[in-house]
Amino acid sequence: MNNETKVQAKEARVRQPWTAKRVGNLLLNNALIIIMIIAVIYIAIKNPNFTQPASVINILSQTAAYLPAALGIGGCIVLTGTDLSAGRVVGITACISASLLQNAANLANKMWPEIGTLPIIVVIVLAMLIGAAVGCFNGFFVAKFKLHPFIVTLGTQLILYTVLLLYVQMGNNKGMAISNLDPSYTGFVKGSLFKISGTPVPNYVLFAIVLTAVMWFIWNKTTFGKNMFALGSNEEAARVSGVNVFAVTVGVFALAGAMYGFTGFIEGARIGSNTANTGLNYELDAIAACVIGGVSFVGGIGKIRGIVIGVLMLRLIFVGLTMVGVPQDLQYLIKGAIILFACALDMRKYLVKK
Amino acid sequence: MEQPALLEMQNITKEFPGVKALDGVSLTVRPGTVHALMGENGAGKSTLMKCLFGIYAKDAGTIVLDGKEVDFKNSKEALENGVAMVHQELNQALTRSVMDNLWLGRYPKVGGIMVSEGTMRKRTREIFDELDVHVDPKAIMSTLPVSQRQMVEIAKAVSYNAKIIVFDEPTSSLTEAEVEHLFRIINMLRQRGCGIIYISHKMDEILRISDDVTIMRDGKWVATRQAATLTMDEIIKLMVGRELTNRFPPKDNVPGDVILEVEHLAGKYTRLKDASFQLRKGEVLGIAGLDGSGRTEVLENLFGAMTKESGTIRLHGKEIKNKSPREAIKNGFALLTEERRATGIFGIRDIKENTVISNLNSYLRGGLRVNGKQGSLYLSEKAMKKDTDWAIQAMHIKTPSQSTQIRSLSGGNQQKVIIGRWLLTAPEVLLLDEPTRGIDVGAKYEIYQLILDLAKEGKGVIMVSSEMPELLGICDRILVMSGGQLAGEVDARNTSQEEILTLAAKYV
Repeated sequence: MNNETKVQAKEARVRQPWTAKRVGNLLLNNALIIIMIIAVIYIAIKNPNFTQPASVINILSQTAAYLPAALGIGGCIVLTGTDLSAGRVVGITACISASLLQNAANLANKMWPEIGTLPIIVVIVLAMLIGAAVGCFNGFFVAKFKLHPFIVTLGTQLILYTVLLLYVQMGNNKGMAISNLDPSYTGFVKGSLFKISGTPVPNYVLFAIVLTAVMWFIWNKTTFGKNMFALGSNEEAARVSGVNVFAVTVGVFALAGAMYGFTGFIEGARIGSNTANTGLNYELDAIAACVIGGVSFVGGIGKIRGIVIGVLMLRLIFVGLTMVGVPQDLQYLIKGAIILFACALDMRKYLVKK
Repeated sequence: MEQPALLEMQNITKEFPGVKALDGVSLTVRPGTVHALMGENGAGKSTLMKCLFGIYAKDAGTIVLDGKEVDFKNSKEALENGVAMVHQELNQALTRSVMDNLWLGRYPKVGGIMVSEGTMRKRTREIFDELDVHVDPKAIMSTLPVSQRQMVEIAKAVSYNAKIIVFDEPTSSLTEAEVEHLFRIINMLRQRGCGIIYISHKMDEILRISDDVTIMRDGKWVATRQAATLTMDEIIKLMVGRELTNRFPPKDNVPGDVILEVEHLAGKYTRLKDASFQLRKGEVLGIAGLDGSGRTEVLENLFGAMTKESGTIRLHGKEIKNKSPREAIKNGFALLTEERRATGIFGIRDIKENTVISNLNSYLRGGLRVNGKQGSLYLSEKAMKKDTDWAIQAMHIKTPSQSTQIRSLSGGNQQKVIIGRWLLTAPEVLLLDEPTRGIDVGAKYEIYQLILDLAKEGKGVIMVSSEMPELLGICDRILVMSGGQLAGEVDARNTSQEEILTLAAKYV
């Protein structure tokens, strides 16, 4: 019976004629990819440097740096929520990571001279735990008091900014940029294990690949992931089916927080000079990447693949536009237009014509 | 008869702020039987089941399952202890697949955290085969018709291997054939020794499928009888608490001249293929048909809520377009939508706002008077209150005040508010889609009376309903839709349910 229906479905698909409407739909549904390809070809012709390994690796590295936060926020969007505190979490964890991994040889410029250089793994875990703790806090308010995540994380964002401002004034730092990083830290993040056509690939690209794989596994292969999607799709259905709604909500926000924490750890070394402005507006880039990649605010819909494409696309456009000489001022307009276009295309799929 | 009970609920009491929803209700279910639970809306049936299922915490009373006292804290506990429920509202994750929904909350695992898709697919197939359900386990829920989604929900409840299964209005979106299918499944469960609690408003179903019937009224237990000893009239009497001699008010409207002519109406994106008919002044015209036969589509295409492919509409001989609901309202049309909660009421807004919303232009006051036309600076509170008062009185709406949130009224009163809303726009043609759906027996009578009064006032009424007796009871003529086409027209006085059903199956 089931095989029969399968065969019939296949035949129906083959028999469908290639009408203008079908071609049009196909083009529209893949419009973003098509535009991206056209843009790449155009930029490559205008500026041949664009396709050089150095430029490609640059785009990849930037994508890798922004990816973890987007992967985290994607889960919040699947729950029909959002997370506005992401940027500040990145800022705090970047400053903390940097301050704990300063060069001990230069004691006078060290924020905490009494603490030696900590093992890197301890700092990674600490950064992710801090992020997860903030996530738990967000998730608790969302799940317990049924507040919209927009409100909760707006509050957290503001609270965290004060925490961040106070932190950079602590110890010997007195509000200065936190730099003078230990070479082991910068080496671990920015160093590279291998080169492609002579250009070194920074390690954080590898970290991003690993994190993407882990997140893909969590989203698609675990009960937690399936529960997350079910919850985003229909909370009441999940509840009456025996899903622990509270735990899943807190879990999604905590996981997102851990991702921001990891991003903070990377950014601390990547930027090298961290202030209270580190991480500013990261959440907006991450949310933009998610919606471009088809993680829908409708809830219950989204793919890791889409998020990767979304982040890549935003970076591609920034780097590419700069390379063909489009002024920075215009780039925001283009970014905004892409977000609107992407979301309109996305909603098209859910609109039922009557 | 004297087997030990599978489930005994004793003296269950549940209070919500201001309302005693359940007052010492008892229910006993024997293994291998179907126990019907009946009562008007608001009688407490669903509340009782939610207390059993752990969604609400009961204030007093005991629940004994299989000889052991239980008190479930949440639905997960209930499910694990062999109590499953098919919920009234389809609670499903629509963006997910059939099998993801089926195993939600208890995914088969490998290695502790991983979900085993293979096992899931295999077990889904097994359950579907056993129940003779033909649905692709990997299909996305939102792509399935409502009836198939309902079958998935039923399969899900069965798959828990529960001892007690609660069906809360399971047939509301099923076709006749699917209802038969459901009854086969229920009979199978009965033979396995399960106890079934069956909640429904449909008397004929209850009398066919159930062994025992418990009737509730206003949160109290009224009677428990053997189904074989009951008649439909007795059930109604017990439910309403008074004798309902007539289910329908006397028909004394007199159809006059033709006011509306519709020719070859067809929808662009919807399944309405072809419908031509006329409506007379003072007439109640019924539309019958199976779910999905295009009944609702006739009304919504006429009203401009759906896009028309073709067709002409003439009102008083003059052709009109009705391209959008705004235009239709201007032309004197009004539509009472099928899904009251989703597209009828503005739940958290009050009675007044819900009443005046379609007629705001007539409350504009102030500003400059140009060419004798009323200025339009602000909305007159006084005028709105006056009209709302009129609606409350004319429609017999039971509400504490005008500023009560409409969602806190009963379904029947909500429906009356919406009818009042439309009457304020002084329509000539009223389109009513399932005007009595989810409304209890007593309130139905009042709605019927309202409809007939409107006809007597000279309005044309077109009414879609899936309840055949009500169409036969208050309509003059009945159009029967089948497969998106008009299959026939019958005179309500000289027809039978059989004739209508035959027509309804014409193009299926």
